[in-house]
Amino acid sequence: MKKVVLDADEAVKDIPDNAVLMLGGFGLCGIPENCIAALVRKGVSDLTCISNNAGVDDFGIGLMLKQKQVKKMISSYVGENAEFERQLLSGELEVELIPQGTLATRCMAAGYGMPAIFTPAGVGTEVAVGKEVRNFNGKEYLLEYAFEADFAIVKAWKGDTDGNLIYMETARNFNPLMAMGGRVTIAEVEELVSAGELDPNNIHTPGIYVHRIFQGKDYEKRIEQKTIRKRN
Amino acid sequence: MALTKEQIAKRIARELRDGYYVNLGIGIPTLVANYIPEGINVVLQSENGLLGMGPFPFEGEEDPDLINAGKQTITTVPGSAFFDSALSFGMIRAGKVDLTVLGAMEVSENGDIANWKIPDKMVKGMGGAMDLVASAKNIIVAMMHSNPKGESKLLPECTLPLTGVRCVKKIVSDLAVLDVTDKGFKLLERAPGVSVEEIRSKTAGKLIIEGEIPEMNV
Repeated sequence: MKKVVLDADEAVKDIPDNAVLMLGGFGLCGIPENCIAALVRKGVSDLTCISNNAGVDDFGIGLMLKQKQVKKMISSYVGENAEFERQLLSGELEVELIPQGTLATRCMAAGYGMPAIFTPAGVGTEVAVGKEVRNFNGKEYLLEYAFEADFAIVKAWKGDTDGNLIYMETARNFNPLMAMGGRVTIAEVEELVSAGELDPNNIHTPGIYVHRIFQGKDYEKRIEQKTIRKRN
Repeated sequence: MALTKEQIAKRIARELRDGYYVNLGIGIPTLVANYIPEGINVVLQSENGLLGMGPFPFEGEEDPDLINAGKQTITTVPGSAFFDSALSFGMIRAGKVDLTVLGAMEVSENGDIANWKIPDKMVKGMGGAMDLVASAKNIIVAMMHSNPKGESKLLPECTLPLTGVRCVKKIVSDLAVLDVTDKGFKLLERAPGVSVEEIRSKTAGKLIIEGEIPEMNV
């Protein structure tokens, strides 16, 4: 059960063209920077990416979009990316926009072994078109299916050699849900420690869900909207 | 005089009650946090995974791992908690969040809201808005009464793709405070110096006016 790999290039080396990927992060917060860079280097193409956002023009998934490696994005919000918009309007890129809670819960369902969920999000909107609607206690809900992803790629703050993960602050976001949801889960961490060094009380993702882990390097952690207040 | 964005936020802040858990959307709703009345304690929920959002950080103290749903750098207040996105929308779906404040492009007289898409022009996505409006117990919309073209945003029916149906409870615009009722928009208050006639002429949906309409106190 050797989960530790050398680096991002080794971690993603068998990801083929046409793979379905889950990529953790919210905006640029908590994204697997090292693995995205490795996927760009590898040049793998026609990917389907399940990710809340699509990065910005020159960072995050935006780097993969620029190289035209992405065939389809499944996201809830894609507002910050001009190249994305261009590819979308020109028809080069297929996009499925779904409510953020639905996105999160469809990842979770995959990791919980549940084939589908019911959610009220999107009832009566174009999101509901073609979907089964069920009424529970007088309220309508949409049937939404668990995602099926070939690989989940997540970023954690700390991890151990058994694959247990701990996230930092709001960099947690979709990461633990996607870590549960992939057929093969790759975790990059800021600090990799030996099994036994993390307090079992504080583990967010149990190692059973994680197949490959490595300590990432050179994290840029770019801030999308720097907002500050004045000191008095 | 029509209200400024800050005054809209200030008026909405008067709807807050002690102990409320509140989700504030992007834009005018975010400003509501600046006007929380004295003696009222509310906990701000940010749907990317935080309860207990604090103010923006001081220069040099920004933390890239700590952002709000608008991707802005923020801080936490004592008693805050982090969680994943499924849990975040779990608490929203389960009705634990007392009040949601969000912006809108259009609201219809039966409470439908459109705020995520303009076909062929703006396709950024709904983010968490559809989840929020489908489950929130109380939804207040903060918006301008008319769009930049001067057309009413309070309509008999929305023309843009919907975010949610029959969900908006109250609207605070630059001109008025209105409840959304079974019978249409019910005018409650008008902005200082704005006449009932002006509000009537700028409200395309059904407007209910009963008795004297007081001026807002902002």
